[in-house]
Amino acid sequence: MIPLRTLVPMIVTVVLLSATPALANKVFVTNERGNTVTVLDSETWERIDEFPAGNRPRGITISPDGKELYVCASDDDAVRVFDPETYEELHTLPSGPDPELFVLHPSGNPLYIANEDDNLVTVVDVKTRQVLAEVPVGVEPEGMAIHPDGGYFINTSETTNMAHFIDAESYEITHNILVDQRPRYAEFTTDGKKLYVSAEIGGTVSVIDTSGEEPEIIRKIGFEVPNVLPEWLQPVGVKASKDGSRIFVALGPANRVAVIDGATDEVMDYLLVGQRVWQMAFTPGEEFLITTNGNSNDVSIIDVKAEKVVRSVQVGEQPWGVVVAPN
Amino acid sequence: MKLTRSLLVAILVTFFGAPAALALDVGTAILRIERTLPLPISRLDLPPADLGFAGGRLGIEDNQTTGRFIGVDFTMETRSVPPEEAAAALDELRANQNRLIIVMADDETLAALADHAGEDVLLFNATARDEALRNDECRANVLHVVPSRAMLADAVMQFLVWKKWARMFLIFGSHPEDHLLADAYRSSAEKFGINVVEEREFVDTGGARRTDSGHVQVQRQIPVFTQRAKEHDIVLAADEADVFAAYLPYHVWDARPVAGSAGLRAVTWHSAHEAWGATQFQRRFERLAGRPMREEDYQVWLATRVIGEAVTRTGKSDPSAIRAYALSEKFELAAFKGQKLTFRDWNGQLRQPILLTNRHTTVSVSPQDGFLHQNSPLDTLGADRPESTCRAFEGATR
Repeated sequence: MIPLRTLVPMIVTVVLLSATPALANKVFVTNERGNTVTVLDSETWERIDEFPAGNRPRGITISPDGKELYVCASDDDAVRVFDPETYEELHTLPSGPDPELFVLHPSGNPLYIANEDDNLVTVVDVKTRQVLAEVPVGVEPEGMAIHPDGGYFINTSETTNMAHFIDAESYEITHNILVDQRPRYAEFTTDGKKLYVSAEIGGTVSVIDTSGEEPEIIRKIGFEVPNVLPEWLQPVGVKASKDGSRIFVALGPANRVAVIDGATDEVMDYLLVGQRVWQMAFTPGEEFLITTNGNSNDVSIIDVKAEKVVRSVQVGEQPWGVVVAPN
Repeated sequence: MKLTRSLLVAILVTFFGAPAALALDVGTAILRIERTLPLPISRLDLPPADLGFAGGRLGIEDNQTTGRFIGVDFTMETRSVPPEEAAAALDELRANQNRLIIVMADDETLAALADHAGEDVLLFNATARDEALRNDECRANVLHVVPSRAMLADAVMQFLVWKKWARMFLIFGSHPEDHLLADAYRSSAEKFGINVVEEREFVDTGGARRTDSGHVQVQRQIPVFTQRAKEHDIVLAADEADVFAAYLPYHVWDARPVAGSAGLRAVTWHSAHEAWGATQFQRRFERLAGRPMREEDYQVWLATRVIGEAVTRTGKSDPSAIRAYALSEKFELAAFKGQKLTFRDWNGQLRQPILLTNRHTTVSVSPQDGFLHQNSPLDTLGADRPESTCRAFEGATR
């Protein structure tokens, strides 16, 4: 049953959606401390709703058809699956303990989940809700990415300081690439030829060439912002534009998002956003990039073309993850 | 106790099919010097039998997970001996091919061990806090992972400045280490502009530490001991011997907070700390040891991870290569404190944020905001390069 307080904003949303169907998408933001998901409208940037999402919700993603919303409820040791329309919880998925981040196969199934507490990556079939595999990796697995062709996936382990390359068929580790301290996030370019891995404490993003026989680090991107202590330049979330021309890196307590030229991998600019910027998501047409700002309880909206922050929107307590519903 | 993990490694290597690129064996050891100490005031502070060793075990497990991917096998041997057997135990560990040795000892024993060990061994100081060992008495073959008293004192003092609690009532114990800690508080107070308005010594008259319903007398004695002190904002206790500080909160004559050896304490670690991914680290330790992590465990873990990082990044295991890498600008270590830890190349001291805890939560973390430094804010804690009288590290790097 849909609670009444949810219904009213939903009706508003429906009206908005029908007015400009191509532009408005729902934006889902997990609030780590608030134990909720805030729903925003990507056209008006109004808050549509907020619903309970389990204990300590962090990683969030949505199925390619937009029918299922997946939330890592870290303190519940489960992935909760919600209906993105009604916000009703449909079921949970077995995730292993303390799930933090995950990635969906491009086809929408399976889901690859990092279990920080158990040094495992758990692979779950989202239809049958069965665990397909548990892959032992390094200490404190965190970042997850899948190659666009779906053939292999990446896990980063925070204390082992490696990016593990894992075959999606055999679940065997094929390569281990040592990066800098505390790797948090991995992101492929759409063509699958480059992989970006952020190292939070190392303060760098490693650029890994994945086009050859063996993956290799071809560059390490460092950061420098006047009047910001180098210790606070801590890269976390990374997003690459579809054409690969721009890479955006969230710099945590530096309260900046770095804009990187995808061709040269040089930093071009730093955009001032909210406090402790963590994860990011594009709108489907890449008009906007949304950043979660954990210490200021808001999200910043970046106009991608202009490379400017256009507004900030208050969400719940300590926003962590963000995903935008597909068109 | 040989904590070799080669069987597990063998299984894992088979599983991962990982290329054993380096085929390197790294022998590390923990040498713990037993001291006969009086019982702590609180039974919560009774030392567990595996104090420090459990931290080492976790460190080796962490190192092994990286090592197995690149063909490095880390092993760890442990010894717990009285001071008079320290040198013999060190010789034995060295004879077993352990040349990276983590030492849990008092300052005097550590200095003697360093002189005895010579150049082909690298020692990691996990517990000795004297300033002298970092200055005039420094040894080239010792890296300090444990902070000095000055670093801990500065961590507290910066917080007092932030709170604008500028008038301090210093109460120190009668043991030599209490006097050293009181000295550290006085120097730190002067450095940060805190006034020591009153000082009193609490003399240890011996006797049993814990008695049934002892709190009845404590409740009468401490107010009397602390009455008629000059106007102050905070009581600072220097009581490393653990004789009286725990009795001060709530019992002091004036309604003032307590810091130092009780109340707000400066520590490298405590088991309530959760920030910067520490929760998973605490849980991993608790699963392994069946108890919460102590400072000593964290410090030994740190030393083990310093070794792990240096070996993994250099592909070498000899003490001189490890030392050179640790002191170089390339070295960095993530240790659940929100920023990378590095070494001071002028005396081999590890830089690290210091937690301020009330034993229940993390109250704050020093260095405090606004304490700036031309190299690293972490160098606002403890003696800085220009003040150093250590000469054994000259020509190390830079």
